[in-house]
Amino acid sequence: MTEVVTAPHETVLPPKRTWRSELGALEIDTRLLGMLGALAVIWVGFHILSGGTFLTARNLWNLSVQTAAVAIMASGMVLIIVTRNVDLSVGSMVGVVGMAMALLQAEILPGILGFGHPLIWIITLLAGLLLGTLLGGFQGFIVAYGGVPSFIVTLGGLLVWRGMAWALASGRTIAPMDQTFQLLGGGSRGRIGGPASWAFGVVACLGIVLFLFSERRQRRRFDFPLRPVWAEITLAVIGCVAVLGAISVINSYPMPAALAQQYAAERGIEVPPGGIPLGIAIPVLIALAVALLMTFVATRRRFGRYVFAIGGNPEAAMLGGIKTKRTVMLTFALMGLLVGVGAAVTVARLNAGTSGLGTSTELYVIAAAVIGGTSLAGGLGTISGAVLGALVMQSLISGMVLTGVDAPIQDIVVGIVLVIAVAFDTIFRRRIAR
Amino acid sequence: MTVRQWHTPLVEMKDIKVAFGGVHAVDGVSIDLYPGEVVALVGGNGAGKSTLIKTLSGAHPADSGEILIEGHPVTISNPIAAKGLGIETIYQTLALADNIDAPGNVFLGREMRTKIGSLDDSAMEAATREVMGRLNPRFRNFKKAVGWLSGGQRQSVAIARAVHFNARVLIMDEPTAALGPAETAQVGSLIRQLKDEGLGIFLISHDIHDVFDLADRISVMLTGKLVGTVQKQEVTKDQVLGMIIMGKLPGEVSQAELADLHG
Repeated sequence: MTEVVTAPHETVLPPKRTWRSELGALEIDTRLLGMLGALAVIWVGFHILSGGTFLTARNLWNLSVQTAAVAIMASGMVLIIVTRNVDLSVGSMVGVVGMAMALLQAEILPGILGFGHPLIWIITLLAGLLLGTLLGGFQGFIVAYGGVPSFIVTLGGLLVWRGMAWALASGRTIAPMDQTFQLLGGGSRGRIGGPASWAFGVVACLGIVLFLFSERRQRRRFDFPLRPVWAEITLAVIGCVAVLGAISVINSYPMPAALAQQYAAERGIEVPPGGIPLGIAIPVLIALAVALLMTFVATRRRFGRYVFAIGGNPEAAMLGGIKTKRTVMLTFALMGLLVGVGAAVTVARLNAGTSGLGTSTELYVIAAAVIGGTSLAGGLGTISGAVLGALVMQSLISGMVLTGVDAPIQDIVVGIVLVIAVAFDTIFRRRIAR
Repeated sequence: MTVRQWHTPLVEMKDIKVAFGGVHAVDGVSIDLYPGEVVALVGGNGAGKSTLIKTLSGAHPADSGEILIEGHPVTISNPIAAKGLGIETIYQTLALADNIDAPGNVFLGREMRTKIGSLDDSAMEAATREVMGRLNPRFRNFKKAVGWLSGGQRQSVAIARAVHFNARVLIMDEPTAALGPAETAQVGSLIRQLKDEGLGIFLISHDIHDVFDLADRISVMLTGKLVGTVQKQEVTKDQVLGMIIMGKLPGEVSQAELADLHG
């Protein structure tokens, strides 16, 4: 900050500015900054180690797609863990819900509606979401009203749902998936293209500005202290630069040559020299929408407030008249709904349903939430943190694949990182507590 | 307290019984409370005072007995029902969600919402600032999770929650147990202020000095039963101690027995 003092009679010095006070004025979560720092270290580190293949448009585009399913489910896991529960059945639920969706679109619905019917994908998706919600809600019911610890209920679920995923088709692999349904998984067709991606970026920027503006107006309505205008502008600029920067990276990844030729031929155009950008993948858009919606639910709705109140002090929540059992059950139902979304993305991406679908996904989902700052003691956690946690973990895995690390070693590293991240967080929290 | 002769009691609890398993935690207790009055409820550990008061606050319904508010019989089956009747409770544990800020705690379960049904955090903060301005003007941490606050500040939040919603009856369970002398004095002056505003206050306390300082009447419980209710001016601290420990009314107890209390 350089300030030009033009008035010579000015005697009162402005309060001394330090980087800490500037951060304070921006009201940015320092935890989130720490995670972004860790992410930057991982990215740059792997970029160097892999000989310059990590920070490429191609790899980052793939990374965004790979992160989507875990990020979607981690958003729900945050709320579960905040209420001092856990859901170990997520991976198996992906298996059974995914398998059900695969059967529905590949074998059952074509028999009724005819192969390639335009309604197949939407019926399949809605059925999957409903099934996930029911399975999750059922487990939540046993936890909340039956008083059985969620660890046990969902450990049982882990076994039961996995067995059912196998039983649904006697272990067969179901393929291929409906053409439209496949778009949910990304792939070379499941993306929105360059111009639409830019349009999305512009809308996101407008959203950021509008959000900051309405927050400020809201605070002015009650005469609360306002952020300095420079801080508002800085936040808006940082947000917009980040969004548009990400879009430009995504858009610099072109379609594969053969696909681009076909695409251009269909429209009677020439392939431009830089290639045709793929644009943002549909699963990434879904993940962003889920994260945004879940953040809204967690921070701006009564339901979210109650979830945190229960996590902070169940007795206080009850004495406040909150229906704690119902709320806990709903967090599990919501988790199930998001498992439905995650399963759809996974099945579509794989273009097949297998009985092993989603195996050990629960561990990645829980790890993403926890790396993202969700406390297993309950009451603390953010959706944005969990999404970043998913990205951190996927970056590690992707980086190790690029640098040729063997799969068993990958597991070892992810395991160690999980423990270190939580240890670090615990110490950090203890220090600010003093 | 001549007022009482022609007023209907604000609260009348008649023959309240609560049993846990085979144990009668509260066994046929009747007490009452008038507007602008402080009734202290005293007794040793396990005497049943907290259980009795929970039947009024809705935290644990009575098995049998009758509760009348301004002469009308009511059923209080949960905390929301109690709050609907203007009965607010400040629990000994304070019942605060430590991970949520002061406005969030003040409005817990009764959130203000915008037109689209979202939490109106700004409006709740403004209302909390207003009520805090009255209770504890030095309170500043409206954005911090209350777990970070001092004991006195946390107490202020719990009290703010009770008085913001125009309570008629206030139940205070050991309000000064966790506080220093200055904060205790502050709570005391607040109780007098609320009493002057016409609220009825049930004060549960271990501290016989607090009780004599603040209460108009004293109800003593022992092993689930009511020993008796006395006017503060008509008894000595030793006589009240006699009721608490021996379960004997001032007229029934001898000087020798009272002397024994001081061992």
